[in-house]
Amino acid sequence: MKMFAPLLHIPDGFINVPTSILFMLLSAAGIAIALRGAKGELDDKTAPLAGLTTVFIFAAQMINFPVAAGTSGHLLGGALAAILIGPYAATLSITIVLLLQALLFADGGLIASGLNVFNLALIGVWGSHIIFLAFRKFLPKQKKMIPVAGFIAALIQVPLAATSFVVQYAMGAESTIPVSTVFTAMISTHILIGVGEALITAFTLSAVLATRSDLVFGWKRVAPKLELKKVNG
Amino acid sequence: MKVFLQNKFLFAGLFLSLAVAGFLSYYASSDPDGLEKVAEEKGFLDTAKDSVNAGTPLADYGITGLDNERLSVGLSGAIGVLVTLIVAFMIFKAIAKKGK
Repeated sequence: MKMFAPLLHIPDGFINVPTSILFMLLSAAGIAIALRGAKGELDDKTAPLAGLTTVFIFAAQMINFPVAAGTSGHLLGGALAAILIGPYAATLSITIVLLLQALLFADGGLIASGLNVFNLALIGVWGSHIIFLAFRKFLPKQKKMIPVAGFIAALIQVPLAATSFVVQYAMGAESTIPVSTVFTAMISTHILIGVGEALITAFTLSAVLATRSDLVFGWKRVAPKLELKKVNG
Repeated sequence: MKVFLQNKFLFAGLFLSLAVAGFLSYYASSDPDGLEKVAEEKGFLDTAKDSVNAGTPLADYGITGLDNERLSVGLSGAIGVLVTLIVAFMIFKAIAKKGK
């Protein structure tokens, strides 16, 4: 008996095959770039953290949290992964989660896998990364500000990924329901889910920063300079 | 893979992930998520098709033939955590080696 039957990602059928294939190609290009870029982000010390981040996001996505009457949400993980291990490695991390979910658990269609990877591993991760960098720049350069910037990035990431779905819907929906109707509903629902995403992201970042801040990508490249300054002056 | 047993931080993270996927998942909300809810409410959920692998043993986060729901979802979650760990760690380790 399988009562726990969540549909976490885009199933096959929502979006037509040509559009799905187009996004498969776009996602494949993104993965190829990420494979090259991740070499500069990972070393012997951070590769295990990248593995752990991937595992944690898989596990956290199993926890649907209630957001409104009859609606739940779950972590996407793009902001969390980008800040913990860097955007290239994060792209791969979210892609691994999505492909394993589609292959092992039949969650998210196989033909739709390119749509899902595009929305969460590319738009979600890179959108979050850009927002995180922008806020890190303006916020005080303190460790405790990293979860704050992460909170904002995660908050915006969810409606951003939802918008990306609406673009795919506009390009190739099998349904004839108007795009504007779907857009309004997707955004209003996903703003609420964004709050949950932001809380989980900020909490997890705080926990990792409190124990192993030396491993955190979004902090370690800002931190050493400051620490050196303190030592010298 | 040994590093996940030797390093305190990694071990704690792995243990937490196993607990979340293997135990806490049973208590997750069973309401549809944002996308499914919108599809249902706005009327395009019926365009969804079953995945070609919808009948496989772990489909929909359960174990086919296991009637105890708590065991079924928990075990499938734990299997997911371990498979994800092996796949992800092997890929990231290989990339880190290439980066040197």
